[in-house]
Parts: sequence; structure tokens; C-alpha cells
Amino acid sequence: MTDEPVLEVRELRKEYRVRTSRAEAVPAAGSALLGHAVTRRERAGVLVAVDDVSFSVSPGQSLAVVGESGSGKTTVARMVVGLERPTSGTIMVSGRERSWRHVSSRERRRRAREVQIVFQDPYSSLDPRMSVRASLDESLRLHFDWTRERRDERVAELLDQVGLDRRQANSLPKALSGGQRQRVAIARALASEPRVLICDEAVASLDVSIQAQILNLLSDIRDATGVSYLFISHDLAVVRQVSDAVLVMRRGRVIEAGPTASVLSEPSDAYTKQLLAAIPRPGWKPTLSGS
Amino acid sequence: MNVLEINHLAVELPVEGALRRVLHDVTLSIGPGEAVGLVGESGAGKSMASRAVIRLLPAGAVVHGDIRYSGDSVLAMDRAALRHFRTHDVAMVFQDPRAHINPVRTIGDFLLEALLERGERRDDARAAVIALLAAVGVSEPERRLRQFPHELSGGLLQRVMIAAALAVSPTLLLADEPTTALDVTTQSDVMVILDARRRERGLAMLFVTHDLELAAAVCDRIAVLYAGFLVEDAPAGDLHRNLRHPYTAGLLASRPDPVAPRPRLAAIPGRPLSAFEVGAGCAFAPRCAFAVERCHLERPELRALDAGRVACHRAEELAGQLALSPTPGGGE
Ligand SMILES: Nc1ncnc2c1ncn2[C@@H]1O[C@H](COP(=O)(O)OP(=O)(O)OP(=O)(O)O)[C@@H](O)[C@H]1O
Ligand SMILES: Nc1ncnc2c1ncn2[C@@H]1O[C@H](COP(=O)(O)OP(=O)(O)O)[C@@H](O)[C@H]1O
Ligand code: SF4
Ligand SMILES: [Mg+2]
Ligand SMILES: [Mg+2]
Repeated sequence: MTDEPVLEVRELRKEYRVRTSRAEAVPAAGSALLGHAVTRRERAGVLVAVDDVSFSVSPGQSLAVVGESGSGKTTVARMVVGLERPTSGTIMVSGRERSWRHVSSRERRRRAREVQIVFQDPYSSLDPRMSVRASLDESLRLHFDWTRERRDERVAELLDQVGLDRRQANSLPKALSGGQRQRVAIARALASEPRVLICDEAVASLDVSIQAQILNLLSDIRDATGVSYLFISHDLAVVRQVSDAVLVMRRGRVIEAGPTASVLSEPSDAYTKQLLAAIPRPGWKPTLSGS
Repeated sequence: MNVLEINHLAVELPVEGALRRVLHDVTLSIGPGEAVGLVGESGAGKSMASRAVIRLLPAGAVVHGDIRYSGDSVLAMDRAALRHFRTHDVAMVFQDPRAHINPVRTIGDFLLEALLERGERRDDARAAVIALLAAVGVSEPERRLRQFPHELSGGLLQRVMIAAALAVSPTLLLADEPTTALDVTTQSDVMVILDARRRERGLAMLFVTHDLELAAAVCDRIAVLYAGFLVEDAPAGDLHRNLRHPYTAGLLASRPDPVAPRPRLAAIPGRPLSAFEVGAGCAFAPRCAFAVERCHLERPELRALDAGRVACHRAEELAGQLALSPTPGGGE
């Protein structure tokens, strides 16, 4: 069976204009309180954050993107949800290209419904003055033209799906633990019934025991709804647990891609090997990475 | 003699006018050249326990119990003795480097301070810290000496802090999550350096981390902290072979395996408790799949078992029953 990809990204590229500063002069003794006295030669440069990245995700598939800090993972995610404009390349969701020209507000809402994102720190993405219930309801009102009863039913269903109880539903984000807040963020993302859920380091800052609960939750949700994941993580053990396929990024480029099981058991790229060798496990001894 | 001995350490901190318990009962020791991993989830009290060793707790902290460095009571040290202890014997790497490095002084000043104060020649000290910076993977070390903390990323600053700690050649290193903010490859590099120091100079280390696998791989012994209680202390090599405490077993089972994924992770239900929330019985009882009535009523003492110590009423009984795979009913 060849499913049409729900997400297809071709030759994606993102350049940032940056000021490169080459601070060569030594700060004058005593005068350089915060380093401002440093003479700088500044020139505009171009930083290529994402360079020729292509991939596709089929319905119900989970694709992981791994790589060290600064490799371009978040930039890819932000372009896919539409928070960032690609320098070049195409992004197709459900067979429709997401162009940046003539986007009506209706079209923008439709796009938001299709692709949702959950970040590492849900605190910053949740409205601190809104209860969990109100926040879910708001998302439903934005995306659907439903009666109050229908929305209430759906809120209850979402809460149930992410394992939050009635009392937690009436709480403000600050009264919840990190794991509970992440459940709220996931519920809010699921409210629009997206085809693709992007998780950008969504479990990275959680305690180990809570991280396991959320990973199980994500797997249950995929089974129940058929949603696809674009799962961004620097943690290869987590990636092995949640993804079917994986892309390894380094300095903006894809350096290796394939089924997670084979990439992680027989990596072909030297850098992927290095990443794998650096994961602590029974019998592991640290070695110099040579990078 | 042990380099460090902590006996029944308990700490209370003032919160909104009242004292709040953040550590209940921590007993552990570290021999010369030995590395002990202090492992637990956030809020368990790892940072407080390590800061208590150098008496660097928030103002108003009340400390009970006993802490000894090479036999001398740290809690009884006068100002001069404490200062000598902090500059010559022990060094600490903090979890949050930016909060502990003076922002208006250069990296060079920060790194050289302790060495110059001890009367080392400037050229020698400079050469030593440059070599150390290079060893912990800081590129262009000479240029870094002239930079200010805000010009460095968090990862680089953490490595500067590690270099500063090693520069004074301490006998005891307290490392509080020294690699949590680093990429795995850099983490591996840093661990190689700490390991070498241990072998070459007999550095003793309290290695604080939430990563049980990392601790097991680089330490001799593992001490597990839960809600302010030390619940288990075991040889690192024993950890996977001989599961003794339900919490430790739960932590191990929660971590996915990069090579052989389990269909489902055996998550511990609920969330980690803070020390002040703990009731009368075993701190882990509300989340423990093996809790019986006694567990809710009576505090388990830390007691010797096999080659380690464990605080669980049912440790002997459960031997062989604790597994890394999900237990029926123990899902979430
Ligand atoms: N708005 C921006 N302006 C300039 N450069 C940027 C901007 N956003 C990101 N970058 C740069 O683009 C590169 C990729 O960043 P990105 O955030 O995608 O990395 P990442 O793989 O998500 O890293 P991490 O694992 O640390 O989250 C980095 O060099 C980063 O500094
Ligand atoms: N300055 C402080 N005042 C009051 N409570 C604190 C303070 N710092 C930490 N705590 C509390 O002490 C407990 C232990 O904290 P900590 O040692 O930082 O845990 P860990 O390092 O294991 O994450 C936590 O419940 C935390 O909220
Ligand atoms: S004492 Fe009881 S509740 Fe505590 S860990 Fe042991 S079995 Fe579980
Ligand atoms: Mg990122
Ligand atoms: Mg801490």
C-alpha cells in the first residue's frame, strides 16, 4: 500500500543574515566592563541554518529528526508549521503546497489545523491566566464551528486521552507539574485534529519517570488517531522508542536517513556512529569524540 | 580514611517564614579516588546535598547530622578553616554556570584567580588553564581568556567551570549535573577528562546527575535519592544485575533503550514528591507497585544488603521480582 505522504518537504533551505563580529583587540584594561570597549569589525554574513533538506512522512508514521545543538532541527520545524519563511524549497501538507503568497486568514487557520507543534517548555506556550479547560475550549472554538455541548464533550475526551482529571482541568498552568503541563500542551495541539504533530524536544526537560509516561501517551495517541509525528530530539534512546524513521542532521544538512532500527543498529555515517557511541549504557566507557 | 563522610544529613530551608524540609536523611561516604553517583529526579535534593558539603546553602538553612572531610567536621569549621577547605581541598561544578561566574570579569580572571591567590606564577598558571580548556574541548583557549561570560554559550561556560574546578587540583570534586546542558558527544569528552583525573591523581568525586545510566557507567557506586531520602547505595556494576529497590528498578525501566526498544515503557505512575510532601511511611509508597500496609505506616531504614545498602521493607522478598519490563498493573 502506498499512502500519499501527509507531509513532504523538498530541498528546504533557510538562510539567516547575521552580523559576524571578529573581536580581535584586547579590551582596554579596566574600561571594558561588559566587553563594549572591544573594537569590532562587523560585517553582514549569511548563516545557512538549513541546507537542502528533503523528507516525507506518511500517515501514521513517526519521523525523528536528531542532531546536536544548532544543527537546524528547530528551524526545520518552524518552517513546517509556518512560523518561519523558507529561503527556498517546498513544503506540501496533504498534497497541497504551502506557499507564502496570498495566504488568507481562512487558509492560515486551515493550515494551523493540519500541523500542530509542542515545544520543550509548555509553560511559555500556555496562557498563564487560562484554565486547562478554557484553553482547550478556546482552541476548539478557533478551529470548529461547534455547539457548546459538542465542545464540552470533546474537551472531556481530550482530557481523558492525555490522562488529566477533572480537578486538573480547572487549574491554571502554574498549579500543574511539568509533566501535567506537557499533557495540556499535547491535548491543546490535538484539539484541532492535526494530521501532523511536531514535538520539538517535547520530553527533554521532563523527569525520567514522567518522560516514560509521556512517551507511552504519544504512542497511544498515534494508535488511536493515526496522527503522524515529526519528532525532534537530541536523545537517540528516546528516538528509538518513538520513531519508525530517522533523519540525522549536522550543520543544517541531512547526513543520514532511513528506518530507525537500521540507522541506529548499523549507522553508515561516521557522525551518526559518534552520536551513538556517546550514549551511556551498561558497559559503556566514555571516549573522546574527536570533534 | 574516607575523603567524605555524610551521616544522617537533614536540611531545612526557610520558606515564607516557616522551615521546610528539603533533605530528610542522607548517609554516604566517598573513599580516595572513588566516584559516587548521586542520582534522582528533580527536586529530590541532589543539589542541596552537594551544596551542604561546602556549607553553601541558602541563608537561614538549618542543617542536622554530620559531614566530615578527611575526618574533620565541616559543620564545625571556623571561617579560616572553611576558606582553606574551599580553596584547597574541594571544588564544585554548579548546575547553572552563569549564576556562579562573575559577569563583569573575564574568563581569564575567573580561571586564574584561585591559582594566583595560592602564589603560583602567572605564566605557569596561564599555561595550565589554557591546557585544561583545550582538554575540556574549548576551542581557541587563549582568546577565551579575554572574553566575558556573556560572550560564551551555556555549553562553553560549563566547560570553563569544569576547567576552573580541575585547575586547583582538588582532592574532592562535587559535580552537580556538569554535563546536563551539553551534547552527548561533549558529555563523553568531559567524562573522559574527569576519569583521567581520577586515575592519575586519585580525585574523589560526588557526581550528581538525573541520568542513572551515565552514573552507572562512570562511577564506582550509585546512591539513589528520592524525596530527600537516600533509598539505595550500590556498586555501579551491580545495578542492572541485582535490582533491589523498587524506585531504582522503576527509574531503569523508564529509560528507553537505544538498541532494543521495549514495546512499552514501564512508567512509574504519578510524579516525584518533594521532601516536604512525604507522609509517615516510605516516601515512595504512593507510587510503588509493591507497597503493602506497613509501607504507608513505617519509614524503612537504610540497611546493609549484599554489597550495598537499601531502604525498603520488602527488599529481600522482592529480590528477583523486580524487572525492567512492565509489571501487570504497573503501567501508568
Ligand atoms: N532567528 C535566527 N537568526 C539567526 N540565526 C538563527 C536564528 N534561529 C536559529 N539560528 C541559527 O540557526 C542554526 C540552527 O538553529 P536551530 O535552532 O534550528 O538548531 P537546533 O538543531 O534546533 O538546536 P538545539 O538542539 O540547540 O535546539 C543555529 O546556528 C542557530 O544559531
Ligand atoms: N532556596 C530555596 N528555598 C527553599 N526551597 C528550596 C530552595 N532551593 C531548593 N529548594 C527546594 O529543595 C528541594 C531540593 O532541591 P534541589 O536540591 O535543588 O533538588 P535537585 O538538585 O535534586 O533537583 C526542592 O523541593 C526545591 O524546591
Ligand atoms: S518500602 Fe514498601 S513502598 Fe517503599 S519501596 Fe519498599 S515496597 Fe515500595
Ligand atoms: Mg532546537
Ligand atoms: Mg539540582
